Amino acid sequence: MRIKPALGLLSPAIIVIFIFMAIPMLIALAYSFATADAYGGVTMPPSISAYVQMLFTQDFDGSLIFTTSYLLIIWRSVYLAALATGLALAVGFPVAWYIVCQPPSRRRLLLTLVTLPFWINTLIRTYCWILILRDEGLINKFLSWLGAISQPLPLMYNQGAILLGLVYTFLPFMVLPIYATLERVDPRLIEAAFDLYASRYRVLRRVVWPLARPGVAAGLVLVFAPALGAFLQPDMLGGGKQLLLGSLIEMQFTSSRNWPFGSALAVLVTLAVVIALIAARGRKEAPAR
Amino acid sequence: MSDSKPSPCIEIHAVDKIFGSEASGYRALDNVSLTIKDKEFFTLLGPSGCGKTTLLRMLAGFETPTRGDIYLHGRNVVELPPRARRVNMVFQNYALFPHLTVAQNIAFGLEMLDWKKPQIGERVAKMLSLVRLEEFSARKPAQLSGGQQQRVALARALAPQPEVLLLDEPLSALDLKLRKEMQSELKRLQRETGITFILVTHDQEEALAMSDRLAVMSGGRVLQAGTPEEIYSRPASRFVADFIGEANIIPGEALGRSGTLAIRPEHITLGAGTPARLRGAVREITFLGADTLFEIAVPHGTEILKIRARLRGRAPDVEVDGHVWLHWPDEVEWGVDG
Amino acid sequence: MKKKPFAWQHNPGFGTFTWAVMAFLYIPLAVLFVYSFNANRQVTVWSHFSFKWFAVVAQDANIRLCAYNSIIVAVAATAISVAIAIPAALALERGPGFKGRALSVGLITMPLVVPEIVTAIATLIFFSTIGMANGLLNLIIAHTVFCIPFALLPIQARLQALGGGFEDAARDLYGTEWRIFRRITVPLLMPGIISGAVLAFVISLDDFLISFMVSSSGSTTLPVYVYGMMRLGVTPEVNAISTILLVASAALAALAFVFTRPPGSEAPAKTTN
Repeated sequence: MRIKPALGLLSPAIIVIFIFMAIPMLIALAYSFATADAYGGVTMPPSISAYVQMLFTQDFDGSLIFTTSYLLIIWRSVYLAALATGLALAVGFPVAWYIVCQPPSRRRLLLTLVTLPFWINTLIRTYCWILILRDEGLINKFLSWLGAISQPLPLMYNQGAILLGLVYTFLPFMVLPIYATLERVDPRLIEAAFDLYASRYRVLRRVVWPLARPGVAAGLVLVFAPALGAFLQPDMLGGGKQLLLGSLIEMQFTSSRNWPFGSALAVLVTLAVVIALIAARGRKEAPAR
Repeated sequence: MSDSKPSPCIEIHAVDKIFGSEASGYRALDNVSLTIKDKEFFTLLGPSGCGKTTLLRMLAGFETPTRGDIYLHGRNVVELPPRARRVNMVFQNYALFPHLTVAQNIAFGLEMLDWKKPQIGERVAKMLSLVRLEEFSARKPAQLSGGQQQRVALARALAPQPEVLLLDEPLSALDLKLRKEMQSELKRLQRETGITFILVTHDQEEALAMSDRLAVMSGGRVLQAGTPEEIYSRPASRFVADFIGEANIIPGEALGRSGTLAIRPEHITLGAGTPARLRGAVREITFLGADTLFEIAVPHGTEILKIRARLRGRAPDVEVDGHVWLHWPDEVEWGVDG
Repeated sequence: MKKKPFAWQHNPGFGTFTWAVMAFLYIPLAVLFVYSFNANRQVTVWSHFSFKWFAVVAQDANIRLCAYNSIIVAVAATAISVAIAIPAALALERGPGFKGRALSVGLITMPLVVPEIVTAIATLIFFSTIGMANGLLNLIIAHTVFCIPFALLPIQARLQALGGGFEDAARDLYGTEWRIFRRITVPLLMPGIISGAVLAFVISLDDFLISFMVSSSGSTTLPVYVYGMMRLGVTPEVNAISTILLVASAALAALAFVFTRPPGSEAPAKTTN
């Protein structure tokens, strides 16, 4: 195939995504430099007031006072996303290694089991945890039936519940890239390590883990990026008491009607994801030997 | 082979192929010129990466020469796409269409040439009987053995009655026994169809056994072209001598002469008689069934020449470290470039 | 007890751990599934097995309208994204390398990388800026964008696995490009096309956040409507409709897996909430 027909075949995809994804993001970027007016609209003189709003609040007399309320939400989002990513790695890595070690037919079954939740509606998957965690939920019912508690335990509407929801939703994103990397590793490398007197633990530590690093790097980004902007888990399991960036952005476009501020927050999230991507790529290219 | 001069089927004229840029690219073919006669079984022989497959794909129309021309029965085909050349190919892994039956595979080219249905049916039946697969016509390729797939690929490529059939390492996927069978099968098909066959292989035995003529290639160049007998008995260079069979390369000074000469291991005899050419110590004796291989160290100045002699039948009474005389008649040695 | 002979594939403890993780992934789904067959209006008090709430849900006019919207959007987005993905996959797999190739691939896979909330608000701002408020059409466009990479990946993987040999053979046998595409490429590509289409369909059907931001009152999709129901509390109706969505997604995904072999290795990255 020559270049011109190839470009012709590729162009519909490029044009559609450029017009309906890239341009909208650029418009959102532009909006983040507009100024919100009192009625939920925007005025056009460009300003950085939306970004200023993240750190300062306007006093009655118009002077700016430093405030940590939004910083706290940003910090909480980053902290929970990072924690969820770490937990997903701790859980996902052994699972990926176990799957790699299985005979092919069993491998296929396990992989299907890991991948399947990915295709099931996140809304429904999050809702399942409400059934389990709420005051009249499965766990509290069971414990009170046992007589272990008289008052239901407050399992929902806290950071732990959000964290659980994040790990539950994004765990497959960690397992799959690590699996894909380890699957391509020549098993003779592992046999060679055992042949050279390494123990199981040291084989994992000195051979498997370094070889898995490109997959780990990919998994970290694939979990961190969506967790940072997550909406449903904090909204449904955090009950709006633990505001995170995802909900905060959503609010600016619904109840608060402050589009410039919402856009500025979205720019922030996008920047964080881009930085994470670049960091992961750097790690991937660094020699893993 | 007849002595009459058939018209040339293919003329390859000073073809270069450079992948990438002229300055830094990879030179796959370097000033290749060849003439292939009509109804000839011609082989391109060489190690992997020598350019033989590139040349074959060029004849089929999948590659375009960077420079030079290719004539098919007098017509320059360099600019023509594959479908405009009456040339068909048996691909290395056969490339049988997995979703089509054997009969549909064979019919494919005929359909593309817009043959009428009844003629296609007739032709497919004829091809099936030619490759002896009549009862397999409704099978899918995956239900066939390697040898059967190979025959389907042949039938599919021969069905449109091409002027030239190209075969890209067609036997490499088969085991040794099947390979020998298919060698004679291929020769039979070529005889029966009277089509020019061009075979690409890295297997020198295969090339010698099957070809009317062959070209030895290395590093994108044609080193020598000729009949198997010519190339085996008079290789033009050390590379060809070594690639086709085995050769001992001996500097002339060791025999009090100039130049370099080559001699096949099976032409050397060992013993005490005169006039002996060289004397050396036996380093190793390897029993090979019908033959016995001797490795002999011959001192030459400060160096030691390693000479291999291959003796048929009962080996002479020699032991390792024993000294022997090496003989050969004049007519079996030949000079090669240094 | 006899000691097991050494095999590095056997890692003590890892198996138990992995199956525990599988339980973690699937028990919540099983809980929902079981609850949805509970006849009692009080969700957590089990009375007896019943299909009652499925019948209730199936007769709800709002749910039926939203399900209809969801299917219209999913079918349209799937058809358009597959029609766009097939030529794109051909260009990427069979076409030559060119200067902007990496950039093009990056652009096409952008919907996989950008957090969904960002895509959602950017799309919302875009439609509002150009003054386009066309209900379902807005949704179809938004869904098509993020369905394209999902449709593309299995098709591209299939093309890569096939290699160019069959098309070369067809060219050698006098095929024109269009006839080769119809007679050889499309039939061989079919499993990839089917799994790409099914995946795009599931992704569209599942989408919540983008639909939530982009849809207007007349064009509510099923997940957006169910979210509204969930906000009002845990009810048997929510359980029933959630189970329907769960089973539909799982069944479609399983169908896609059948056509994607070997599975897993090219599992796409989806950013979702």
